[in-house]
Amino acid sequence: MSNRKVAAPGAHAGFWQNNLRDYGLLVSLLLIMGFFEVMTGGVLLDPANVTNLILQNSYVVVMALGMLLVIVGGNIDLSVGSIVGFTGAVAASLMVYQKMPYPIVIGLSLILGGLIGAAQGFFVAYGKIPSFIVTLAGMLIFRGLTGNMLLGQFVGPFASGFRAISSGFILDPSDFGILQAEEGADQFYWASMLIGVICAATLVFTSTQRWRRDRAGAMETEPLVLFMGKNAVFAALILGFSFLLASNKGLPNVLITMGVLVLIYTFVTTRTTIGRRVYAMGGNRLAAQLSGVRIERLTFLTFVNMGVLAGLAGLIVAARLNSATPSAGNSFELDVIAACFIGGVSASGGVGKVIGVVIGAFFIGVMNNGMSILGIGIFWQQVVKGVVLLAAVSVDVYQRNKG
Amino acid sequence: MTAILEMRGISKNFSGVRALRDVSLSIREGEIHAICGENGAGKSTLMKVLSGVYPHGSYDGAIVYGGEERRFARISDSEHLGIIIIHQELALVPLLSIAENIFLGNEPGRFGIIDWREAHARTRTLLATVGLREPPTALITNLGIGKQQLVEIAKALAKKVRLLILDEPTASLNETDSDALLRLLVAFRGQGITCIIISHKLNEITKVADQITVLRDGATVETIDCHKEAISEDRIIRAMVGRDMTDRYPTRSVAIGEEMFSIRNWRVEHPLHAGREVIKGVDLHVRKGEVVGIAGLMGAGRTELAMSVFGRAYGRNITGEAQLAGKPVDLSTIQRAISAGLAYVTEDRKSLGLVLSEDVQNNVSLANLPGVSTRGVIDAHRESKVARHYVDSLRIRTPGIHQKTLNLSGGNQQKVVISKWLFAGPEVLILDEPTRGIDVGAKYEIYAIVNELAAQGRAIIVISSEMPELLGICDRIYVMNEGRFVAEMPAAEASQEKIMAAIMKQYGVAA
Repeated sequence: MSNRKVAAPGAHAGFWQNNLRDYGLLVSLLLIMGFFEVMTGGVLLDPANVTNLILQNSYVVVMALGMLLVIVGGNIDLSVGSIVGFTGAVAASLMVYQKMPYPIVIGLSLILGGLIGAAQGFFVAYGKIPSFIVTLAGMLIFRGLTGNMLLGQFVGPFASGFRAISSGFILDPSDFGILQAEEGADQFYWASMLIGVICAATLVFTSTQRWRRDRAGAMETEPLVLFMGKNAVFAALILGFSFLLASNKGLPNVLITMGVLVLIYTFVTTRTTIGRRVYAMGGNRLAAQLSGVRIERLTFLTFVNMGVLAGLAGLIVAARLNSATPSAGNSFELDVIAACFIGGVSASGGVGKVIGVVIGAFFIGVMNNGMSILGIGIFWQQVVKGVVLLAAVSVDVYQRNKG
Repeated sequence: MTAILEMRGISKNFSGVRALRDVSLSIREGEIHAICGENGAGKSTLMKVLSGVYPHGSYDGAIVYGGEERRFARISDSEHLGIIIIHQELALVPLLSIAENIFLGNEPGRFGIIDWREAHARTRTLLATVGLREPPTALITNLGIGKQQLVEIAKALAKKVRLLILDEPTASLNETDSDALLRLLVAFRGQGITCIIISHKLNEITKVADQITVLRDGATVETIDCHKEAISEDRIIRAMVGRDMTDRYPTRSVAIGEEMFSIRNWRVEHPLHAGREVIKGVDLHVRKGEVVGIAGLMGAGRTELAMSVFGRAYGRNITGEAQLAGKPVDLSTIQRAISAGLAYVTEDRKSLGLVLSEDVQNNVSLANLPGVSTRGVIDAHRESKVARHYVDSLRIRTPGIHQKTLNLSGGNQQKVVISKWLFAGPEVLILDEPTRGIDVGAKYEIYAIVNELAAQGRAIIVISSEMPELLGICDRIYVMNEGRFVAEMPAAEASQEKIMAAIMKQYGVAA
């Protein structure tokens, strides 16, 4: 019984230690948004720019979800930028030269991404070749193949249905003549606002449910004040952004794709056996293996998954540019990997959360976008991003060592 | 004799948890001073304060060394004054040579250019002093753990040691190596080197120590002068646990059933050298409710045997028959071995047993995730209930099930590993050095767990280098040497002498 007595304060301290960095990350994102909002004189949070910000960053978020699993599993994938270029080029050629219908091309591109991931995963998992080397080779190979296929040409344009993956917006009553704005006034997209309200309400409702259930089940819960505060901030953010988007063109399709993927990967990483095993594998490979985890198969699957998501990102990028270009996806891997590390993923594996990675991706996105608006040169942007990456990880490591 | 070191009123907190409470320690020059205490009593913390791992200012109290108060800011400060600590986990670079390791960070030579001739000459002298017959160019990775320990000591000597601190130096050594090491310490005492030894092996302490300081729950209980009173292991245990420990091995009622598991003519080749047999035709069987021990020296092949049985986790070209409950069983992968009902608690809990970055709960469920999930989705409540059940029933001392296993003491880490395998529901449980480096109290608890599992009708195989332990908890003992079982005896008829004789006899035949 004596250990019960110790449990209460210890558990609390543990909770703070475990979650402090999540809050810290969110606060830093809000701070940097505030900074650029002021510096750009309000352009950053202009409805049109918010839409733009989401369109520009969707591919980073999508690929960061896959990269999270790869890095947590103890590997790295440098080839994702080249896979983006390659799948985009293949998809464009199929649609433009072969006149293949775009729904089939979408399916084929995802399969292609998966196959590329499988090929690399095979060498890493079963060939026992370090992932850094395998994917460095992949990065060169697929960038080269992209160049060979396109021969310096831009391939496009695409059907509007395909472009809608990236630049489309969800349907609104106003499209059917309902709730239309009067002549000359700006259209407000009520469907998008409604979805925002529903999301915020669902978030508050489900997290309250879980919090109560956890408390009843004597699991560790966060203090009530913190819990309510966090929910209020998240709900306000969702409502605020939906309002901004609804005042422009509504919710972009790609945001819906992103949102669904974020939910799926949150579920996979926190609630499923396969997710748990990836974390165990990254935390201690041998111990996981001796506990019956199939290391090779799991490593292989993380790469297949990464490939599919990179294929999807390739489609999103091609759809957004309305063409495939030889340089599409160039150095995307760096943004994606940086998003993971800023988001608190451990480079040695075993540690990292979806929410952190998403915030990390938006961190990079806001910096890219804000600095572009300010007219800062691309090279200085790289310097700033490098410094921020180093600073973020330094703070993280410092905190971890202190504990 | 004057005191070379006095630690006065040392207190140290870790984020609100008191690790040390007003601990005082006085070490006389040229003595062997043992520090005993259960895991978590604060022994290692105290030594880290002394050596400067925890710098001055992060603790309260004073350290007086060589007559002056010292305020170490880092380890090198204490090393300069001849205080050298050898940690339980050896700090050698595996792929460098003995000479390179001994002079690492302290290389002889000028302008950054190493004088290898001198380094090797001095290494040879040092190795002769510690009685290690290996060339200075031998790579650490090719040495056994006992020899590595000697290299560590040679390294300390190279730094002109005055106060040598050894943290569990014999934990992973067999008896012969342990004896050699202890003789070395006694020889050092003759040369005026003071020595602090932290050990759970009380029989060794009683043999060599001049004084014994006992810590309990972060405080000094007492310091026993071995020259003033007759010292016994029971006397120390009483001070450590704060009560009489009448029996170190819990009693149990033995109810042995039919044969549960057997292997016949089991042969395993070395994973890297094809054709070199490591296990040379072993026959083993264990019945329901039976505890079978495997005794042997380091390198006899016991761990290799266990791992090769457990889903071929070791070796290549494995041949032989395995039977479970009278039927042939497929143990070709770890997954199959686990689902057939085998469990293997590894010898090395930190690198093979636990995912240290994960908490207690996630480690407990790792080997049986399907047991807490439906169609691949984990039920968080079921999982935490399972974790809490084992924390309570195995008395794992942790602030909560979400504590990272990294922060637990050795004994509690071991209980987490055992919990993991208990939750997998094994019929046959293989325990490899289950009590290595853990204290008497926790050992007793682990023996009690073993007894209870046997009482539930499971078959248990225990590998241990501590012969008294095997004699205390087993029903039957196999003696292993050089990849073979050289003897088998009921524990009731066995003795340490008989086991050693069985091993030596085989050497006699081989010679």
